[in-house]
Amino acid sequence: MTRPREQDAAQEAAWAFASQAAALLALDPRLGGVALHAAAGPVRDAWMDLLRSLAPANAPFRRAPLSIGDERLLGGLDLPATLRAGRPVAQTGLMAEAHGGFLVMAMAERLATGTAARIASALDSGEVSAEREGLSLRAPARFGVVALDEGQGDDERPPAALLDRIAFHLDLNGIGHGCARQPFATTDDVAAARERLASVQVDEKAIEALVNVAARLGVESLRAISLALRAACATCALRGGETLEEEDIMCAARFVLAPRATIFPSSEPPPQEDQPDESESKDNEQDLQPPETPPDNNEPRDNQDQQDLTDLVLAAALAAIPPGLLAQLQAGRAVRIKSERGGKSGANAPAGKRGRPIGARQGQLREGRLGLVDTLRAAAPWQRIRRKGLEEEAARRVVVHSEDFRIKRFKQRRETSAIFVVDASGSSAMQRLAEVKGAIELLLVDCYARRDSVALVAFRGKTAEIVLPPTRSLARAKRVLAGLPGGGGTPIAAGIETALALADTVRRKGQTPLVVLMTDGRANVGRTGAPGRAQAFEDAMQAGRQIRAAGIATLAIDTAPAFGAAGTAPTAKLGEAMNARYIRLPYANAALVSQAVRAAAPTP
Amino acid sequence: MALPFPFSAIVGQDDMKLAFGIAAVDPSVGGVLVFGDRGTGKSTAVRALAALLPKISVVLGCVYNCDPGKPERHCEACQGLKAKGKLKSQTAPVPVVDLPLGATEDRVVGALNLERALSMGEKAFEPGLLARANRGFLYIDEANLLEDHLVDLLLDVAASGENVIEREGLSVRHPARFVLIGSGNPEEGELRPQLLDRFGLAVDVKTPTDIPTRIEVVKRREAFERDPEGFTKKWNAEERKLQRKILAAREALGAIVTPDAALESAARLCVALGTDGLRGELTLIRAARALACLEGDARVADAHLRRVAPFALSHRLRRNPLDDAGSTVRVERAVNELFAA
Repeated sequence: MTRPREQDAAQEAAWAFASQAAALLALDPRLGGVALHAAAGPVRDAWMDLLRSLAPANAPFRRAPLSIGDERLLGGLDLPATLRAGRPVAQTGLMAEAHGGFLVMAMAERLATGTAARIASALDSGEVSAEREGLSLRAPARFGVVALDEGQGDDERPPAALLDRIAFHLDLNGIGHGCARQPFATTDDVAAARERLASVQVDEKAIEALVNVAARLGVESLRAISLALRAACATCALRGGETLEEEDIMCAARFVLAPRATIFPSSEPPPQEDQPDESESKDNEQDLQPPETPPDNNEPRDNQDQQDLTDLVLAAALAAIPPGLLAQLQAGRAVRIKSERGGKSGANAPAGKRGRPIGARQGQLREGRLGLVDTLRAAAPWQRIRRKGLEEEAARRVVVHSEDFRIKRFKQRRETSAIFVVDASGSSAMQRLAEVKGAIELLLVDCYARRDSVALVAFRGKTAEIVLPPTRSLARAKRVLAGLPGGGGTPIAAGIETALALADTVRRKGQTPLVVLMTDGRANVGRTGAPGRAQAFEDAMQAGRQIRAAGIATLAIDTAPAFGAAGTAPTAKLGEAMNARYIRLPYANAALVSQAVRAAAPTP
Repeated sequence: MALPFPFSAIVGQDDMKLAFGIAAVDPSVGGVLVFGDRGTGKSTAVRALAALLPKISVVLGCVYNCDPGKPERHCEACQGLKAKGKLKSQTAPVPVVDLPLGATEDRVVGALNLERALSMGEKAFEPGLLARANRGFLYIDEANLLEDHLVDLLLDVAASGENVIEREGLSVRHPARFVLIGSGNPEEGELRPQLLDRFGLAVDVKTPTDIPTRIEVVKRREAFERDPEGFTKKWNAEERKLQRKILAAREALGAIVTPDAALESAARLCVALGTDGLRGELTLIRAARALACLEGDARVADAHLRRVAPFALSHRLRRNPLDDAGSTVRVERAVNELFAA
């Protein structure tokens, strides 16, 4: 019977941690906010209630839907009011309304990069500015973001630009409903601490410890350190202290630095030589420091003390790294940078609201953007009739009825997303991999003009992995490609299935997927991960038929040396199962592959 | 408006600060693109630059910030005033106009004045952001997230120095000479090459990785946030010094000597790198001249060219996807080969 109790204890600890974060965030909104990784449910609701109860009495909580448009987020023209009043009436955006409180983003894991960038800019400047629809708006907007993240896997995370600016990345999954009761602090505690916050003294040791720990954990962003420092101050204020103590810094590291870790620190505590990418940091110090700030008070620093503090804080941070992330770090696997929707990938942009204008048509306001001139033009002939019976004052206005509304129409090209499924196994020798890398880079160069994105799925050993989520960024693609390993078994089935799942995601974003399978067709690892050629190939065929059923455009590129009559090669059979265009490229080179893909891309 | 972080208090990021300094001395270098990691102070630096620049003289009440001393560039309203001899001037801070994400085209280029259209049914022009940015800076944060049609628009205006509006039954043209400053994060999508090329200088910024620099960054940020006024005051002398340096450099710009040898070096460098068009060479020379002025030198020397070559040329190279070396490295390689010989 000890087991459940242990679990209970762990869950209660997790809740205590989360509720402390709520208290800190309610205390200092400059912490940016929280990414709340949790399924919708009573625990999440309890946490939100807690935050609401701890926040200042009349702090607004504004909930933004995923598909929020600029006119609601930033503010813009209030059309009904404008038409009624006969002069432009502005409406306040949600971010300005959330001033002094919180902006709650539902389903933040699917938030478009563009929306995230708008929120990030408001977080940075503390105000929201909009230049829209003939209006120039500027309003204060200091708020915390609560990003509700219901993402399932690694690939579904809120946009990095947003995560970078919010201090807390909490995971409420696994906390039982029963545990979510005890708040960490009361409303009065928080209110009292808020008063004290400004007087908390920061010493340089704290900054140095946080910078050192961040370096050991591979946390690159400097914002993370600033946020950690604020969290430490808030912790200090909450416990009633006046100067930062070890425990405050440890606490901040647990909250802010631990979830951002990208490497596992080496067990030896080497001071600075061991840091990656900073060979001559010490020599550079003099150059980088401007002359007018000599490091005067740093000199008599007790190095041992500093080292101790760093180790202490590092230990605290390590203890707080989520188990899944920890395992990844320990396995030495570089943590993939969170999935990002590349550029304006149109994820949530309903088609027809952007692009080239192609005239206007009659419609309702919620269907799109108002074509003002067309609307006025439509209303013009009726003015004399409509003005009849109106009073002198009202008759000077243009009388517009809802049937006059003209909605602008836009033409937008649908994007293609080419998903490369690459055989990185031992049988498809390494040079194939190099060719595929080249082809993908070539395609990316084309992408500027065509606005297409490219993704990469590699299969080898027993599994397949999305090594590059759909992106248009050459910088990212290059980095990922350079590190792509090869060798091992050939699990074609797994590769196709992963591609299928990815293609489905791409489709839901409103893009057109194109799967490009490059393999020699010699499958030898089945779906279950068990070796065996016959079963492996049968599994691959089955996965291929799923692709056909889903109706995804596919290109099968056979990289095996030519043999036998046409149609007998395993890749050809696979291609048939997938309803793919089959191309035999025994001597595939980058330019040829790129050409073939361009030819196969479905024309929108 | 909150106080901006002082320009001279930005730790490190020398390339970015130098590029901004060059653009401030000679706006004709054609704008700066700052591309790099999150949280490296890109936006901070742009806003800091605005506060640093000395005030300019403008025609009183002119929405386009016309220069009283340059009648050939006046807008129609100012031409009218000038003819009547009623032109009055005042000083104003150099305009730094933010192009916020989600800005609509009508606010960028200017459009029908809604109020008058709705209340009187009258056609009147309402100037947009491009008008406000005339003679100043237009700042695009997250330039890579900008809508395509806006990018096209900005390109046209930035190249011609004039904004022509033909829409909604309006036909207006007005001066719009501004320095484009763009920032962005390459992880969120690349900038189209056409837009890339329009920026005179391009700088890559990276998060500093050495511990002492990082500590200093956080310390100053913290000090600034605790007490913005006190911090700004502390850096005031430094800011004034920098401002004087920029002003002196602007004065010197007219007298700077560009020897033929420097022109030849610049040309050879561009040929070696295979940059398209002459814009690269022009920018390279202009940037080198501005740098020489900033450093108080009387003539452009190879050292100046070497320093600015990566900014002026790295974004103009044809991208070779099979060459792993970054374009900055390629420029440096070419520079070393050329000047070693």
